[in-house]
Amino acid sequence: MKILVPVKRVIDYNVKVRVTADQSGVDLANVKMALNPFCEIAVEEAVRLKEAGSATEIVVVSIGTTAVQEQLRTALALGADRALHIETDQNLDSLQVAKLLAKVVADEQPGLVILGKQAIDSDNNQTGQMLAALTGMGQGTFASKVQLADGKVQVTREIDGGLQTVELSLPAVVSTDLRLNEPRYASLPNIMKAKKKPLDVKAADSFGVSLSSNVTVLKVVPPATRQGGVKVESVAELVDKLKHEAKVI
Amino acid sequence: MAILIIAEHNNQSLKSETLKVVQAATAIGGDITVLVAGFNSAAAATEAAAIAGVTKVLHADNAAYEHQLAENIAALVTELGKDYSHILAAATTTGKNFLPRVAAMLDVAQISDVIAIESADTFVRPIYAGNAIATVKSADAIKVLTVRPAAFGEAQTGNNAPVETLTAVHDAGISSFVAQELTKSERPELTAARVVISGGRGMQNGENFALLNGIADKLGAAIGASRAAVDAGFVPNDMQVGQTGKIVAPELYIAVGISGAIQHLAGMKDSKVIVAINKDAEAPIFQIADYGLVADLFTVLPELEQQL
Repeated sequence: MKILVPVKRVIDYNVKVRVTADQSGVDLANVKMALNPFCEIAVEEAVRLKEAGSATEIVVVSIGTTAVQEQLRTALALGADRALHIETDQNLDSLQVAKLLAKVVADEQPGLVILGKQAIDSDNNQTGQMLAALTGMGQGTFASKVQLADGKVQVTREIDGGLQTVELSLPAVVSTDLRLNEPRYASLPNIMKAKKKPLDVKAADSFGVSLSSNVTVLKVVPPATRQGGVKVESVAELVDKLKHEAKVI
Repeated sequence: MAILIIAEHNNQSLKSETLKVVQAATAIGGDITVLVAGFNSAAAATEAAAIAGVTKVLHADNAAYEHQLAENIAALVTELGKDYSHILAAATTTGKNFLPRVAAMLDVAQISDVIAIESADTFVRPIYAGNAIATVKSADAIKVLTVRPAAFGEAQTGNNAPVETLTAVHDAGISSFVAQELTKSERPELTAARVVISGGRGMQNGENFALLNGIADKLGAAIGASRAAVDAGFVPNDMQVGQTGKIVAPELYIAVGISGAIQHLAGMKDSKVIVAINKDAEAPIFQIADYGLVADLFTVLPELEQQL
């Protein structure tokens, strides 16, 4: 079985985010970029399924400028077999990304699509669900456990009240939550090997998908800052302040 | 303007998130229809009809909807949604699961995690874990939004809107429910509690979370945790407060042994009053706390419980 893993290049999660002075977005110039953490978990899960003999091939795909090839190479170093770069310099919304991925699904016919539940830049949490809708597949979102058996996949999902397990017919879409696995580090030999793995490039506008979105960003501003408060010396002082100053207890 | 809201419920009763989504919808303006899709869920539909501002309740009652499977709920909402200008659900794990599926089938964008309504087509939402706030405008014919419950108050009750029963059944037949393990607790839910007390890595293990129980009992508080505490296996995932866990905005938030990673702050920094208890005076949590106490939590917690 083939597994398709769509991944995204995002700002490194350790970088402090700064809004640009013209309020058009976030300053990404000379900022460290990385594979989205949830995407890394998705690659790891695919590699584990392959190691367990449940999958035969892992294809990673990413959409963006030539820069995303860096993240595709990272995914190849973690154990993916080949990569597809869909090239565009446009910033796409989740729906347009899902439409492009639906075309890739039609070409590649994967048995399973595993992707991160959200990217830590736009925080949309939409692409997996939209891809499932457009391809008519079932979806196992926010996965903390994935088990394949008899042409089906059982996905344990992290939900607000606890955990829920669903069973989906294959092919299906799985979106990863934080506790699905702990991604490995790429070894140096694997990083070297990844440089020789196949990486195809296709232009985004060759897919016959409209890339324009009806949503425009009017402005991006920093959040209201919270004033740091005071330090109290004792529990008694804390309780007194909460009762008489903040009046919350 | 005609707004469709998909209710959040557990078949027996409506969740408070639904009241908050109705409150958000009134800021858009127009007729508000609430869809209750479930199984043996008449009580939830009756509760929905009692929310002030609701024009009509649609009640779809079938086994296919019992567990809110995204494939089935989305098919139903997509069919109904064509007649509305706005489709809203709470940004809970239920809403986040099925609503993007609806948006894709309607060929429109979804705007996730809306924290303010500027007008019928302009909305405010956090990006980059709340480190930037974006104002976005949608030209789509149908606006599909998930609404962050913590950002809105609850709509009043005391209405008696008509309830219309839907008979069409959408069962996509590609997914089925296997099991669920819901955490049982006598305490209020994290997202609805007036007071939240959370423990972090500083709690050292799961047993020590019991130190929070007595305080939570006295304050009527819900108990939460940082991602570090959940990742370390101290407590289950549903207790996680943060960017990818639950977003809370209680009157009082007490962070115990939590350093204050950006990821955690994104989930609680809109709380009215924040208290931080940590033995590391340099912990970032103190930069946003109204009241900070630099001390060993194992000494402080029993003392605090006693003095409340």
